[in-house]
Amino acid sequence: MTAVRCVDLCKTYRQGDQDIKALDHLSIEVEDGGFVCLSSPSGGGKTTLLNAIGGLDKPDSGEVYIAGERIDDLSKGDLAELRLHRIGFVFQAFNLIPVLSARENVEFVMQVQGVPASERGRKSLEILEEVGLEGLEDRLPSEMSGGQQQRVAVARAIVSNPALVLADEPTANLDSKTADGLIDLFKHLNEHHGTTFIIATHDQRVMAYAKRLVRMLDGRIVEEIDQNAA
Amino acid sequence: MINTLRILTMLAWRNLWRNHRRTLIMLGAVVVGVWAMIFMTALTMGMVNDMIEDSISVLPGHVQVHHPDYLDDPNITNLLPLADATIAETFQPAGFLAWTTRIKVPAVISSERESRGVTLLGIDPQREEVMSFVDYGAVDGRFLAGPDDAGLVIGRKLAENLETELGKRVVLMSQDPENDIADRGFRVVGLFTADVQAYEEQYVFAGKKTVQDLLRVGDRVTSVVVLGDDYRNVDPVFEKVSALVDDGVTVSRWTEIDTYLGTMLRVMDGFVIVWVIIIFLALSFGLVNTLVMAVFERVREIGLMLALGMKPSGILGQIVIESMMLLVIGLSLGNLLAWATIKPLESGIDISVVAEGMAMMGAASVLYPQLRLEDVILANTVVLILGFFASLSPAWRASRFQPIEAITKVN
Repeated sequence: MTAVRCVDLCKTYRQGDQDIKALDHLSIEVEDGGFVCLSSPSGGGKTTLLNAIGGLDKPDSGEVYIAGERIDDLSKGDLAELRLHRIGFVFQAFNLIPVLSARENVEFVMQVQGVPASERGRKSLEILEEVGLEGLEDRLPSEMSGGQQQRVAVARAIVSNPALVLADEPTANLDSKTADGLIDLFKHLNEHHGTTFIIATHDQRVMAYAKRLVRMLDGRIVEEIDQNAA
Repeated sequence: MINTLRILTMLAWRNLWRNHRRTLIMLGAVVVGVWAMIFMTALTMGMVNDMIEDSISVLPGHVQVHHPDYLDDPNITNLLPLADATIAETFQPAGFLAWTTRIKVPAVISSERESRGVTLLGIDPQREEVMSFVDYGAVDGRFLAGPDDAGLVIGRKLAENLETELGKRVVLMSQDPENDIADRGFRVVGLFTADVQAYEEQYVFAGKKTVQDLLRVGDRVTSVVVLGDDYRNVDPVFEKVSALVDDGVTVSRWTEIDTYLGTMLRVMDGFVIVWVIIIFLALSFGLVNTLVMAVFERVREIGLMLALGMKPSGILGQIVIESMMLLVIGLSLGNLLAWATIKPLESGIDISVVAEGMAMMGAASVLYPQLRLEDVILANTVVLILGFFASLSPAWRASRFQPIEAITKVN
């Protein structure tokens, strides 16, 4: 079964008097349970591709399918519903809601989903422990380091077991030990829960774990490496 | 749904206090605005109530019965076509709060030095007491003892104008139904004081029987006056009186007898609404500005919430809830402040320094603020409903953000 399928995606941004092609007739398929790393130099189009897959940005042309359902023509409300129940996001920066504690941030998605309070509480504590934030549950984002904040964001992205996790430079602000722990967590979820991961990264350690490595340049896929086969 | 509402409420509450200073300033503006709405309304309604109750006690009661031509031409030829005794038999068992009959005609009063045109009221002092603007106990000398009292009670100001005084004789002259002169001498037995000086100059009181004899009208009167519980709701009394009398007479509400006063009541009721809305409009600029600032400060986290799956309606709800919280806190404090400032003043505010101006409007020199539940409800409802609509604009803008543009926005 295909988790994600993008067909002939194009996206152009206007920067000053220049048109920048962020996606240039790009097509890609990711199978269920895939662990794909997108890598490119800055401006290569990996974040734009993640945003298109997550329904955060509409491509100028082309089609995006999640679990066989076309999403690029969905309404804002339907896209929100899709993101809420089927996709976990980890953004590069500004991940957390400043007025909520670490635990409340993790519970946020579940609360909007309508998960009962007792289940939310249990799951959020478990996941925070899993990402190494035991004892910091009640801290506000402003009281945590960048790495700790990123781990809270990861915890929030995976706590409700989404079928697909989209992560944009998830290890960018983490020390190597925490980054390794996070990668182990991603692998664990991928192998034991079948969660599909698409990660945009420059981090060689993350790329080393990936089953499939996709190199992009100027909005196009220039190389695909099946690391399982390798 | 309840979960979403709970998280929206929590976010709204915490966001409200992110910028304490801005929230407190806005809160202060709401409190002062609500206080001003309620306080000014209480003063206005107190003044209106005072003017109307005074005026009703002088002339109309709540409902009157007359000869059909009397209101257009209030002279002695337009007597009620009913004997006073028959009226008493009809009205006494009806159980009104108060009722009385009067003869009220224009007359000329003369002392040995001056003459003045006045309104002569022939009354039954016992029946009249609860309806009258005259405080019998405060009369210099005495008030009338009964319908056949031969004395005359006049206002203190009229006595000054006539250069007469208590115990002196004056002559009252009017016309009988045959248009013949009817006059007689009266001894001034009492001088009354009124809140409104014009009343002291205009009205003179004599016993009803004495006036009937003077005007040679037998057992006839010009008016039946009935008092109900509430001058704003006279329809029940009006209908009851209408059922008691036949078609040969006219039954009128006080608003029809004193059209100026009736119009003023409606204008003042309208003024209160306009006043409340004007204050709110001034407030709404601050409210919208506060919300717009709050939204602009939180563009990225609003984008984040949208990206995580919160629907645009949730964002809209969060901003509206934040606005409603601010208004509810402001309303509560404003109501409390209004109550705390009006209650001590309910015994009266002395405005005698502007007494002449107030007298020209028919108002007394002591103002009694009136805190009415319906006015408080009106002010609170206007603030909440208009506040809701005022907050929709910034909330709508926030809910329309594109998640990715909002998240990547650089402040």
